[in-house]
Amino acid sequence: MRQFIQDIAENNHYQATHLLQILRQIQSRYHYIPEAAIEQLSDSLNISRTQIISVIEFYSFFHLTPKGQYELLISDSITDHMLGKKDLLDYLADKLAVTVGEVREDGLVSLDNTSCTGMCDQGPAGLVNGYALTRLDRPACDKIAELINRQKPLNEWPAELFQVEDNIYKSGLLLNRQIKQGAALSSTFSRGVKETLKEIDKSGLRGRGGAGFKTAIKWQFCSEEPQTERYVVCNADEGEPGTFKDRVLLNSYADQVFEGMTVCAAIIGAKQGFLYLRGEYLHLHDKLQDILDQRRQNGLLGNNIQNAGVDFDIEICLGAGAYICGEESALIESLEGKAGIPRNRPPYPVTQGYLGKPTVVNNVETFLAAATIAVNGGDWFADIGTEKSKGTKILSISGDCARPGIYEYPFGTTIQTILNECGAVDVLGVQVGGPSGTFISNQEFERKLAFEDLATGGSFIIFNSSRNILDAVQNFTHFFAHESCGFCTPCRVGTSLLKKQMDKIVEGHGSAGDIVALEELCQLVKNYSHCGLGQTAANPILTTLERYLGLYESQLKEISFEPGFDLDGALETARRMANRYDAGAHLAQTESEHE
Amino acid sequence: MSKTITIDGKIIPFEEGQTIMDAAMAAGIYIPHLCHQPEFTPHGSCKLCTVKVNGRNCSACTFPAMDGQDVLSETEELIDDRRKITQMLFVEGNHLCPGCEKTGNCQLQAVGYHLNMLDNHFPLFYPDREIDASHPDVMIDQSRCIFCTLCVRASQQKDGKNVFAISGRGINKHLIFNAESGLLKDTALEATDQAAHICPTGAILIKRTGYQVPIGERIYDHKQIDQVSLASSGSRPDEALPPSLAVETEHVKHGE
Repeated sequence: MRQFIQDIAENNHYQATHLLQILRQIQSRYHYIPEAAIEQLSDSLNISRTQIISVIEFYSFFHLTPKGQYELLISDSITDHMLGKKDLLDYLADKLAVTVGEVREDGLVSLDNTSCTGMCDQGPAGLVNGYALTRLDRPACDKIAELINRQKPLNEWPAELFQVEDNIYKSGLLLNRQIKQGAALSSTFSRGVKETLKEIDKSGLRGRGGAGFKTAIKWQFCSEEPQTERYVVCNADEGEPGTFKDRVLLNSYADQVFEGMTVCAAIIGAKQGFLYLRGEYLHLHDKLQDILDQRRQNGLLGNNIQNAGVDFDIEICLGAGAYICGEESALIESLEGKAGIPRNRPPYPVTQGYLGKPTVVNNVETFLAAATIAVNGGDWFADIGTEKSKGTKILSISGDCARPGIYEYPFGTTIQTILNECGAVDVLGVQVGGPSGTFISNQEFERKLAFEDLATGGSFIIFNSSRNILDAVQNFTHFFAHESCGFCTPCRVGTSLLKKQMDKIVEGHGSAGDIVALEELCQLVKNYSHCGLGQTAANPILTTLERYLGLYESQLKEISFEPGFDLDGALETARRMANRYDAGAHLAQTESEHE
Repeated sequence: MSKTITIDGKIIPFEEGQTIMDAAMAAGIYIPHLCHQPEFTPHGSCKLCTVKVNGRNCSACTFPAMDGQDVLSETEELIDDRRKITQMLFVEGNHLCPGCEKTGNCQLQAVGYHLNMLDNHFPLFYPDREIDASHPDVMIDQSRCIFCTLCVRASQQKDGKNVFAISGRGINKHLIFNAESGLLKDTALEATDQAAHICPTGAILIKRTGYQVPIGERIYDHKQIDQVSLASSGSRPDEALPPSLAVETEHVKHGE
């Protein structure tokens, strides 16, 4: 092991910023991070062991105790649940004789849940040793169990288990038009970088991650910073449940995304870029690396790009299972080899980002759009969309519809149009923008896709009338509690309290005051949390309370107060110890039950 | 003309580079806080110091003062919500004041008094977290940790040691100690370190000193935390430590 770790450290130039990449390799080889590895890394990277442990314990894909040689994770997204995930997980646990959340006695396999893996259009999905599994069903589970029990190496597993489809059903401005490799750069250089920034400004392009900050302004701010060492970061940590468009863009449009990053670098004067790829998309890594190599060979990355005197290169950094790293300052922390805890702002990343230097962080789709705008000009883009939302938006559509997949729509398109085209019938409501977005009911389908109406990073989950909205809300609320980084009190404690309070109501232990208490708690978490995660964590509850108050109320018992826990259930251990199961050993939940 | 901000209608001068908290403290205005101490890099995690700046919620300890800011602090809404945030800190851990030797000297408790917190409001978590009593002079009860990182910062910035770190994610966060064994006794921590005395709750305790000052004669038994906080942030450096810490440090020095 010493030599193995020594080699990894050396390959990473003993840089502490590469800690995540180093730990990924150790986890992949040993299925945990052994104590000896921590001590050795602490020496060779010259960082404290506590810093290494805090990183290991922060990310879901790192472990201090051994996982199975086959680490099997099943996606816990609501979309996977809608496709029968729970039944499948139980089936798999049974087939493999392993308890969910544990390692089988022989150490061969471990099975657990994981947050949305971005395969919502082809679930139920999972990961085996980090590689995406799609369209799981019972026969696939039988196959997987057999392969594992026969200890077949992953490269001998049938390819169809790992088959990931693009599922592009509707192309528009961006997806229709593959620009030629290098075209955006040659346009940029012949037009001039300042003029190209003007075109991007004219296009009205706003950040596609959901927040919608104007791209040209961000780039301009960064280019005006006195510090000349600057960075470009592409945020490919799409962790919002229900989102998978970046997966498709990086699978089929990566060249353009990298080109958009290079255009940005030329404009702001950056020499180094990073693609922060979520760990769940490990299957894309080698392919992307090849594209980068090819671009280097073609003079589109490296020194003196297209003889225009621009030097720029891109490095791919993989995440390790943390939704919070989609927040730009948490992402930067993660790039620096640390736990993904959002920074205090100001300063913003454009002034102090990666290693304290001016940094532009943009979404995959934003860079793709920027590259296309560099070729076609700003007006071409700005002609489409609404007044405040120019161009198109690429949606990841999943849930109850005939054709889940990728759809590109001009801003201003109504929800009804989208529902019609993807084959959704008998729709109850749509979660627009993922759990952190808005749930809209079937009374609101004339609303429009736009920053000024329904803003979205691209997640679009459809629920038909057979679904219970509260199941979805409960799933989302658990998700946020699981993904809270824990930095600030309102989110760390608040998301756990929301989970408890939501469970209490859904499980039928709620009483009169509980909905008021729930809403009060939502406001507290929303108004006082440190970053976007906490500020939106209550959205699933708030947006459904507003629309389906009656549904919540129907869960309540008709008493004025209900304890937050199951009184009789709490006595179970005592009954077992005393071997008493008579009526006297039971306690009613409320006095009224006694009567 | 010096630059000014307004806090609850009162005009306060500030210097470039100061946070709202710095400016407020210098002007004798108390904004509740637990993770902040003027001598350390601000952290901004407890969120008790949340104020409304031009209508937006900001942490006073990290947000820079800027000319003309209109800051609201002692509004009914903010006081109510600060109380709820304090209650969150109480229910998340095991803060059972009558049985805690820090009672009366505890800033978490004192903030609770200050905000007129009369109950826990939220259901208790009763976490099962570890106690490390391995060190000869210092013990740590993780169930009282509020993740303010003051011990982390004090150890790094004042003691030059880096004994502590916060590890884990979300509600599973916990304090870890820099030793191969993971035990406090194997770290470089000494009872005279500032990190051993800075805990605002009863998570880090100096052994054999707990009841040297009887209950009833402790800092917050007689003074409100706002008075203590403002006095200790005053200009005289020998008053930089709250009296309780000064007393405790004395005892340690004399080997008692």
